[in-house]
Amino acid sequence: MADTDKHKKEPHQTDHSRRNFLKNSGMVAGGVVGGSLLGGLFMRERDEKHKTKPSGTKHETSFQEARIFFTREEDFKALEAATERIYPKDKNGPGAIELGVPFFIDKQLAGDWGINARDYRKGPFKAYDYNDPAQVKSDDAAEPHPRGGQGQGKESTDSIMRDQSLLNRREIFIEGVRTLNDASQKQHKTTYDQLEKDQQIDILKTFENGEVEMKSVPSQAFFSLLRQATIEGAYADPLYGGNKDMEGWKMKEFPGAYPSYLGKIDKDEFFKPQPVALKDSQQH
Amino acid sequence: MAKKLKKVDAVILGSGWAGGIIGAELAKKGYKVVALERGGSQKVEDFVGGKDELRFSQRYALMQDLSKETMTSRSTEDEEALPVRNNKDALIGTDTGGSGVHWNGVNFRYRPYDFEIRSQTVERYGEVKIPKGMTLQDWGITYDELEPYYDKYEKMAGISGEVNPVGPKRSEDYPNPPSIDTPSIRLFKDASKKLGYHPYQIPTANVTEQYTNPDGETINACVYCAFCETYGCHFGAKADPIVTVLATAKKTGNYELRNHAYVTRVLYDGSKATGLLYTDTQTGMAYEQPADVVILAGFTFPNTRLLLLSKIGRPYNPKTGEGVIGKNFTGHFSNINYLGARGFFDDKKFNNFAGAGALGATFDDFAADDFDHKDLNFLHGFEVQHQTTGFRPIEYNFVPKGTPTWGEEFKDKSLFYTNRNLYVNALTGTLPWTHNYMDLDPTYTDFNGDPLLRITNRYTDQDRNLIRYAIDICKKIMTEMGADSVEADEVPDDVEFNNSYTTGHFAGGVIMGDDPQTSAVNSYQQMWDVDNLFVAGASSFPHFGNYNPTETVGALAYRTAEGIDTFLKNGGQLVKTKTASL
Repeated sequence: MADTDKHKKEPHQTDHSRRNFLKNSGMVAGGVVGGSLLGGLFMRERDEKHKTKPSGTKHETSFQEARIFFTREEDFKALEAATERIYPKDKNGPGAIELGVPFFIDKQLAGDWGINARDYRKGPFKAYDYNDPAQVKSDDAAEPHPRGGQGQGKESTDSIMRDQSLLNRREIFIEGVRTLNDASQKQHKTTYDQLEKDQQIDILKTFENGEVEMKSVPSQAFFSLLRQATIEGAYADPLYGGNKDMEGWKMKEFPGAYPSYLGKIDKDEFFKPQPVALKDSQQH
Repeated sequence: MAKKLKKVDAVILGSGWAGGIIGAELAKKGYKVVALERGGSQKVEDFVGGKDELRFSQRYALMQDLSKETMTSRSTEDEEALPVRNNKDALIGTDTGGSGVHWNGVNFRYRPYDFEIRSQTVERYGEVKIPKGMTLQDWGITYDELEPYYDKYEKMAGISGEVNPVGPKRSEDYPNPPSIDTPSIRLFKDASKKLGYHPYQIPTANVTEQYTNPDGETINACVYCAFCETYGCHFGAKADPIVTVLATAKKTGNYELRNHAYVTRVLYDGSKATGLLYTDTQTGMAYEQPADVVILAGFTFPNTRLLLLSKIGRPYNPKTGEGVIGKNFTGHFSNINYLGARGFFDDKKFNNFAGAGALGATFDDFAADDFDHKDLNFLHGFEVQHQTTGFRPIEYNFVPKGTPTWGEEFKDKSLFYTNRNLYVNALTGTLPWTHNYMDLDPTYTDFNGDPLLRITNRYTDQDRNLIRYAIDICKKIMTEMGADSVEADEVPDDVEFNNSYTTGHFAGGVIMGDDPQTSAVNSYQQMWDVDNLFVAGASSFPHFGNYNPTETVGALAYRTAEGIDTFLKNGGQLVKTKTASL
């Protein structure tokens, strides 16, 4: 498609848009923004290797691809397989595993998100009883649900209990991936990662529908967290360990931390530049 | 024991728009002002290199730290309220500049009808049109009285816009030209015009040309990078308190901002407020800041909560309808006010990733009472808009109905439609009811051991009928725009409050009016009960108009600053009460 041609023209276009940007923002005539701030608006020239590297090539070894949170390999393998089913490799490009999503989730759980550090955590918490049908009732909250001005975002099913669980995200994930393996052993006498694709999908569906007995949260609450974290890992800035080589953004045709759309936003043509990661926009 | 500090002329809770405007105006007049901000310090440089969706939109870096304080929430009085534990249900700003930093920058003036809503409704439709239990009341001020303050706010913030063809009268044009047209905005405008409506560009604080405001502060020109909502502007191109009023206040040398200062009580001697009591959240030390005038200019929630905690004013009682503090809680709720229709285009691609918080077009043919409600089963109205704040990939994965939410089909379709879908939505007004209110929670407490604020809020047929009518209009527009499939948001009969506070638009609790029996503050946001205590912000709104609240919050703050100056010179109540109603 014409996209390939656009790539070739990119350096010229970037210069042009920079000039426009300076002109339109009044910076040429001695704007108020200081030097460091101005610098931050433009991406550093990325090295040629990075720019020309074709997608889909084998990645170099990353020292960050090691587990920091999950202690048992079998847990991590179940996590890997489940994320790949949620965001699979297909004709569009890489799936969750190739994008680094499982390591992204591992790192996120190791940090403050894993222990719900910014959440209100004072009791009393709501007791959870799997045998109470009112508590495990499946609802439609996983459907796209408007939130705010653009109707963006989704209401996730971890709000089924309005986040009143005593467990933090680390504990929910550990129990969740172990329950995945338990369900797999029970039905197919092997671990989740060893199953056929369709078997993996069927088991995930039972989690999504709240049909699996988990001790401390409804299974759809775990599924919803897993789904959300997988999407985050596919599309968050690569600094977090997922979205490897910005391949998630490339599939999504999202330019990342692109500095300015002046000169583009008012045009009918679809604009598809090389995406910009924070590593480049922060100028380290 | 709290350490007592040196007395100042004015102490202000909050450094957002309301507190920032009042602080700057008083400091400019030479008064010594101390502002107390519960959050940390922040400046424009903090936002450079911060186009990070995970950090700001998913991990809520600019939002209130709920581990210290949140609110509890429920639909009805019979339920047990539960705490809002996660920021995904509480997008409420914190740190220097407050919610004025992460906002999108949408600016509307309320309609003349809004300020005289009860009188005009009765006059036009008769008393019978107001349903039982709807506590509709006039604001104690008219549009014409507030107009000069709207104008002042727009010039301070460099608002960029074009005149609304069916809007109320204005003394002057906007200080900056409207924002840029994009292909999808053109599509929206053409479709709206074809159907007989009057679209125009949304008035925006994403300033369109580099601009120096009357205080001498410069705001840069927006480059449409699409990181506004939940972000601070790294480029100083979105008017916020940091680049405008707080900078102005600082220059005077009369304004001191203290961060990490969590106010716990208004000090009150039975007739006047003597200062604010606060805890430094970094040291745990308690301080008493005495002042001649005390101003609460926080968000709706802390303003209301502090009056209740400090036992000032008469708490509202939903059973008897008596009392005022906590009364008339309203807002724009994500599943009843902000809905519309999404269109999927199979052969057309849009640059959906580009945009600005308030970039878009709107029309006001159905705003407030601008259309006849005689035969309609609701009051008030809505604006219709196509807003292009810019998509971000984690939260923006819209697929046609019936598509699974994960797996191969989801991935393929969410990628395909990312730049092939558009949304047209309405924003409706919310009217107050006896059963929607705020009080103190009996169970849950903050990090200091004080009760949390409890919110009780239930939807009514008024809300459902209004939004359904609005969604129909959105659907017609989207169909006219040529989408291959149009999906209108649904409003089931049993849709109920989702205990979610994501829109940032919440109001009431310390409402204004012309009668001390039914309102807490006068039109200068001065408390009827306590002459030297002013409570500024959307907490004053007796109902929520269909528009975004910020410009009205800003205009009221300018009027309040003027009132405080008069009060500091002459003392006493700034408004005579209507004796007829007493």
